Amino acid sequence: MTGKTHIYLTVNGETFDACVEPRMLAADFLRDELGLTGTHVGCEHGVCGTCTITLNGVSARSCLMLAVQLDGMDVQTVEGLGTMRKMHRIQEAFREHHALQCGFCTPGFLMTVHDILNTMPLRDDDEIRDALSGNICRCTGYEHIVKAVRTLVNERDGVQTP
Amino acid sequence: MTDATAYTRPKYVGQPVQRLEDPRLLTGRGRYTADIQLPRTVHLAFLRSNQAYARINKIDMEDARAVPGVIGIYAAADFGHIPDIEAPSKMENYRATACPVLARDLVRYVGEPVVAIVATSRYLAEDAAALIDIDYKPLDAAITARDALAENAPKLHPELPSNIILERVFATGDAPADIANAPHRVSGRFNLTRKTSVSTEPRAYLADYDAGKDELTLYDATNIPGIVRDELARLLNLDGNQIRVIAPDVGGSFGGKGSLYPEEVIVADLARRLDRPVKYVADRLEEITASSQAFGEEVEATLAFNADGRFLALEAEIIGDIGAYSIYPWTAALEPVQVASFLPGPYKTPAYRGRARGICTPKPPTGPYRGVGRPMAVFAMERLVDLAAAELGLCPVEIRRRNLAGADDFPHRIGSGLIWNRSGFQECLTAAEEAIDLPALQAEKAAGDKWIGVGFASYAELTGIGSRIAVAPGMPMNTGAETASVRIDATGAITAKFGISSHGQSLETTLAQIVAEELGVKPEDVRVVHGDTAASPNGTGTYASRSAVLGGGAAIKTTRALLKKVRRAAACLFDVDPDQVETGDGRIFVRGTNHSIDFKELARVVYADTTALPMDRRETLEAQETYDPFLGTTSSSTHVAVVEIDPETLAIKLRDFVVAEDCGKLINPLVVDGQVHGGVAQGVGAALLEELKFDETGQPITATLADYLVPTSAEMPPMHIRHVETELPDNPGGFRGMGEGGTIGATAAIANAIADAVSHLGLEINSLPITPNKLHALIAAGATQ
Repeated sequence: MTGKTHIYLTVNGETFDACVEPRMLAADFLRDELGLTGTHVGCEHGVCGTCTITLNGVSARSCLMLAVQLDGMDVQTVEGLGTMRKMHRIQEAFREHHALQCGFCTPGFLMTVHDILNTMPLRDDDEIRDALSGNICRCTGYEHIVKAVRTLVNERDGVQTP
Repeated sequence: MTDATAYTRPKYVGQPVQRLEDPRLLTGRGRYTADIQLPRTVHLAFLRSNQAYARINKIDMEDARAVPGVIGIYAAADFGHIPDIEAPSKMENYRATACPVLARDLVRYVGEPVVAIVATSRYLAEDAAALIDIDYKPLDAAITARDALAENAPKLHPELPSNIILERVFATGDAPADIANAPHRVSGRFNLTRKTSVSTEPRAYLADYDAGKDELTLYDATNIPGIVRDELARLLNLDGNQIRVIAPDVGGSFGGKGSLYPEEVIVADLARRLDRPVKYVADRLEEITASSQAFGEEVEATLAFNADGRFLALEAEIIGDIGAYSIYPWTAALEPVQVASFLPGPYKTPAYRGRARGICTPKPPTGPYRGVGRPMAVFAMERLVDLAAAELGLCPVEIRRRNLAGADDFPHRIGSGLIWNRSGFQECLTAAEEAIDLPALQAEKAAGDKWIGVGFASYAELTGIGSRIAVAPGMPMNTGAETASVRIDATGAITAKFGISSHGQSLETTLAQIVAEELGVKPEDVRVVHGDTAASPNGTGTYASRSAVLGGGAAIKTTRALLKKVRRAAACLFDVDPDQVETGDGRIFVRGTNHSIDFKELARVVYADTTALPMDRRETLEAQETYDPFLGTTSSSTHVAVVEIDPETLAIKLRDFVVAEDCGKLINPLVVDGQVHGGVAQGVGAALLEELKFDETGQPITATLADYLVPTSAEMPPMHIRHVETELPDNPGGFRGMGEGGTIGATAAIANAIADAVSHLGLEINSLPITPNKLHALIAAGATQ
């Protein structure tokens, strides 16, 4: 491929400028160039949601984007959510409810949940299930994920649970 | 009492301990094979067959070689030093197939690797692959198992006598005669279409070669690192101590990462030849077309019973569409033979005859997939049970109650020769029935506004199988033993090493719970090492619902041996009898005295202090033991599905799902629930969504996740689990396996629920998945008759 393109972006609060091939996938850029391997690639055709990141706060599939489209963006990946020592509340809720098994789809779910908690009412479990239906988990059957999200929604809305 | 040495001994087994593996997986710090980046790595891409069955005339690589960054392009002849992959078996009437690591003269399925391209990046390797021209001569082929079975069918392996590569018959009594003489009988031809595992992580391999030591490390997204190591050593003519296979974090398998693949062999071989790390990461298209596939069976079966609904005899013909090759190490017998051996299920049926045959077709090889054989067997049997109930006007619960083995019937031998030990067959049925409001549902169904259906399915499975029985028939490999080693090092830290290989099963937590409870420390004090052939002299991996029973048993045996050493050393230090030494809460103490040290102090005394203990009493604080359950233990369950079908759109909604199961002693109830939920989801997929389709030329037409549909959160119903604990099995922890049961029961329960929902239309639900389109076709066909 001829020529590289210069991009300038923020990832998890850190600024980067990089030269990338125009055809490089955003997911490959984050993983292979920046070493942020927490974003996983599951299908490369936009179905499984495993590679979900947020761009300017909105969830997006990094396997359906090119790295050049990240130019000027504020990108957040799972690494920016919380750390081993101080996990984000979403991560804690997933742990408390055993909402992950192999963990491969988990970063994508966490980024999706981060988005939907900000943007959607999620009034009942059916709405939670609909909101999560763009992410595939093959291990959990979703039951514990729905529980974790329900807990987070209740905390968000100040709903007391028994 | 102020006795400072009365430490508590909390129980960890049975507690919902939060998982120790979670923090890294939740924060993006997990390390899956594709995440590992090594300097000087080169990347591998495969050019795969686009023909189902064809002769390779010529491969033109000239343009591809000119692509910048290309390091090497390889075809079959470049791997002439590697023997073909063959899966041996002692089974009679079985023929192994020869699978070259790259297709040699013939390609036998779309997706079979033909050319391997190595370049400095995957992008460049794929650029080069696009420039390679393979000239194929398509050959006549029988695409379906039925066609391939015909006497004059074209042979997929010309050197074999026919496409039938295995046949096995199980028989007890004279089932055909009993059926002929029986007052009642029901029959059906049932079909469970091909599936694929769809672990969210595609297969990935990275081989790192140390030329100075002539040692190879293969990072491998597999659940059978030990089996891969052993066979790679043979194929590459290396000693086992020159190959280390590490399964780092593995993103699910469900069986799809549980066989040896040509790509693994090629990555390992090329890393040595190129003296550089070689990496291959499958994309989803490759994952769907070139990973092992599942099921693909047809069962023609008849069940005979008397006027009371008591079963008299069962007969079945099973045809397995096993694909192009008999997969290593399990062989193509794994799936269809298991259908035949498990078909009689948890019921008391005096006479049985089941014949399984495996047929080669030009499709990807079938291999293990969650449930193995049992989803097909239970689907066929449970449909027959409901058909029998309908014939006699019995309630589905009642006919099961009359035929399930009860407490006094164990050990219970079924017609295939399998023996069930005590398990809660009847108890699970009762618990499942109590968990739903059957009269209310029947009233709602009777109202007729919606098509409501309730489906039951009861099954039994053999888990934690010991050395007496091979996991796959006739396989010359012992899958029935597991070795653990547990040690306290010089800093007092505790490490437990296993040959198992967790890929979502939470074994870093559950095995730590067991070791912690036995040793008297906290689970977080125990570091569990698994998925690494350096951890154990022999170990096969995690599959067949074996790790809780075998890994757990090995953990108990080994930790008890270590505890003896701990007590001996402390007793010497305290100058007391070893029996007086207790442990708990990380302390080693003698009750009623001020003798109390922690494990750090004990390690210092044993390893560093040259005066505290006499020289001959400084035993290394390490133990290694092997556990072999010899037979196995029976897990059982009853599933109930409640479905609602929209009469206008025929949309099928799963409203509710109940699982009542007996898996013995729960190590961690959160983890068991998670295993059940995930298994049920795969059963939902098998029953309602998932189908690998091939056209009449053998081309796969469902090769994306937009065509091959797996359940999302929106399709899954809420699930309710009832844990039933009857008499515990006699293995060290009283554990039974529960990794696969969800898939085994759910598939059949949903089929029965749909059959119930459309019973007023008289439709036969005998092929899965059943979709709104297929329901429509059935209704339309019924209307035109």
